[in-house]
Amino acid sequence: MNVHEYQGKEILRKYGVATPRGIPCFSVAEAEDASRKLGGKVWVVKAQIHAGGRGKGGGVKLAKSTEEVREHASRILGMTLVTHQTGPEGRVVKRLLVEEGADIRKELYVGMVVDRSTQRVTLMASSEGGMDIEEVAASTPEKIYRVAIDPKTGLTDAQADDVARKIGVPQPSLPEARKFMQGLYRAFDECDASLAEINPLILTGDGKVLALDAKLNFDSNALFRHPEIVAMRDLDEEDPAEVEASKFDLSYISLNGNIGCLVNGAGLAMATMDTIKLFGAEPANFLDVGGGATTERVTEAFKLMLKNPAVKGILVNIFGGIMRCDTIAEGVIAAAREVKLSVPLVVRMKGTNEDLGKQMLRASGLPIISADNMGDAARKIVAAIAGTQDRAS
Amino acid sequence: MSILIGRDTKVMTQGITGKTGAFHTRMCRDYANGPNCFVAGVNPSKAGQSFEGIPIYGTVKEAKERTGATVSVIYVPPPFAAAAIDEAVDAELDLVICITEGVPVRDMIRTRDRMQGKNTILIGPNCPGVITPDEIKIGIMPGQIHKKGRIGVVSRSGTLTYEAVGQLMERGLGQSTCVGIGGDPVNGLKHIDVMKMFNADSDTEAVIMVGEIGGDAEETCARWIKANMKKPVVGFIAGVTAPPGKRMGHAGAIISGGRGTAQEKLAVMEECGIKVTRNPAEMGKLLETVL
Repeated sequence: MNVHEYQGKEILRKYGVATPRGIPCFSVAEAEDASRKLGGKVWVVKAQIHAGGRGKGGGVKLAKSTEEVREHASRILGMTLVTHQTGPEGRVVKRLLVEEGADIRKELYVGMVVDRSTQRVTLMASSEGGMDIEEVAASTPEKIYRVAIDPKTGLTDAQADDVARKIGVPQPSLPEARKFMQGLYRAFDECDASLAEINPLILTGDGKVLALDAKLNFDSNALFRHPEIVAMRDLDEEDPAEVEASKFDLSYISLNGNIGCLVNGAGLAMATMDTIKLFGAEPANFLDVGGGATTERVTEAFKLMLKNPAVKGILVNIFGGIMRCDTIAEGVIAAAREVKLSVPLVVRMKGTNEDLGKQMLRASGLPIISADNMGDAARKIVAAIAGTQDRAS
Repeated sequence: MSILIGRDTKVMTQGITGKTGAFHTRMCRDYANGPNCFVAGVNPSKAGQSFEGIPIYGTVKEAKERTGATVSVIYVPPPFAAAAIDEAVDAELDLVICITEGVPVRDMIRTRDRMQGKNTILIGPNCPGVITPDEIKIGIMPGQIHKKGRIGVVSRSGTLTYEAVGQLMERGLGQSTCVGIGGDPVNGLKHIDVMKMFNADSDTEAVIMVGEIGGDAEETCARWIKANMKKPVVGFIAGVTAPPGKRMGHAGAIISGGRGTAQEKLAVMEECGIKVTRNPAEMGKLLETVL
């Protein structure tokens, strides 16, 4: 689960991570008001969406008067912000963060992730702040320092100081940098984060260490013990189809192609998508119905896929193990009837009671195309939608 | 021989009375030598009772002492799963297979840290388990799709493992052992660990290695294979079409920071002399060509 920058900063402040003072705003009037409350002479008006690259897209503006705060706020609120992370359709800005301006002397980078190879939380830091860290990693990997953190000790003073020195924090600011990084680790650990990125972390003219931006993601498997973080969820930032799917315990992700796929198991679902691509088409979604492919869930899955107007055909690929193929056939037939399916449907079933399942599909009278294996299924659905497209043109 | 488990393995189920634990313990007990293998259950609040004839003990330690079980399979709910692994490790079991899906990563970081220097082997969490066909199955895989043979299978994903097995069976090829290692970012055995066991196992003639996007465990294993493996290995990596930054079902299946792509993994595997296919329908066919 992701949160907005202002929410991330709220969490971090509780752990002693310093940030500029700021106020979240939902209207132009609130933004103006916020600048007065904050005082000072310079403010930053920042669009709050769950995507990076906001500055380049015109979603972050500097203001030198309350007047300018109002102007920027009215331009940014409601705008469709397009960044390299939003996709071409962009994201409508509904929230702002108005912050006091900071006297930036140096921009650095600090991030934390769970590293699979060390099986620990790893701190990554670089002197190249403010840039896309993936670019830094690709072009100058020697400028990124990594420290694996022992869960028993946390980030030690020595580790924190060492990293801070390496990325160019001057001696007088070391205690603040140490407090910052240790606070970040405690926040990461105690809140069950899966990713934290402070880009940039800044050194100010008076030697302060501040988080100018904050990106936090959380482990969805641990949200049960963090109601305060769940309360920060912003459904406007999520794909409505994915939100709908989660209600039925379906794992669904929208993609750009035109073949809907319904599969049991994440690995098999990915493999099915790959096979569609191999035969020259693109999947419209990833959809894992999980182990219990019941009639109800298969029906919901069909409805979900068909809400996407791009879907021109559906491929069902189920490996029936514990769940028998006849049960799955029953689910597919009921679902196809209920949604009055009008696009080609290819079903590939394998496993227990396979023949019975296939026979039921044939006997249903529905125009279901049966396939013997994954490759055959992909070939058949690609051919079937090519046929419908020809008819349409 | 086989790897990890065989017909004489004695198993306890942690979480035997829950819906999933009860269902799958029954299925496992009914498979091959299962009636002699599944000897104990663990549930602190139901100690002294029994589950369809299988005695339930209050602790893993007691279950081990009373029945001689050296392997545990875990179905307890996610919030308590890591603690269940800890208990099995403290009782010095040989092998712990955690089926539970959705265990918080933070819990697993601590559990893995506690396991340093211990001899217990962990598989999972979030995995289908292990099967040595016609001898014993420990986990949630459908037993009847397997048969005894000489092909090893190691995979991060459940149904894709069954798919690989199904393709072997169409060619009459049985399996020595099939290991589902699970897809979570912090977990027990990796591809490389299982590959070493297959290499040393006289009953395994060739191996199918199934991977997916995220992390670099497949690359690490591929490099080890190039330097050490005496048997042919074929591979498939799921997720060529997965977009970066999107988690595909498993907690681990994500391309992040431009790393962990399927193309990258396939390229490294090929460099290391592993025959790979981009068509998941042809894993079995490919394996047949290397025998």
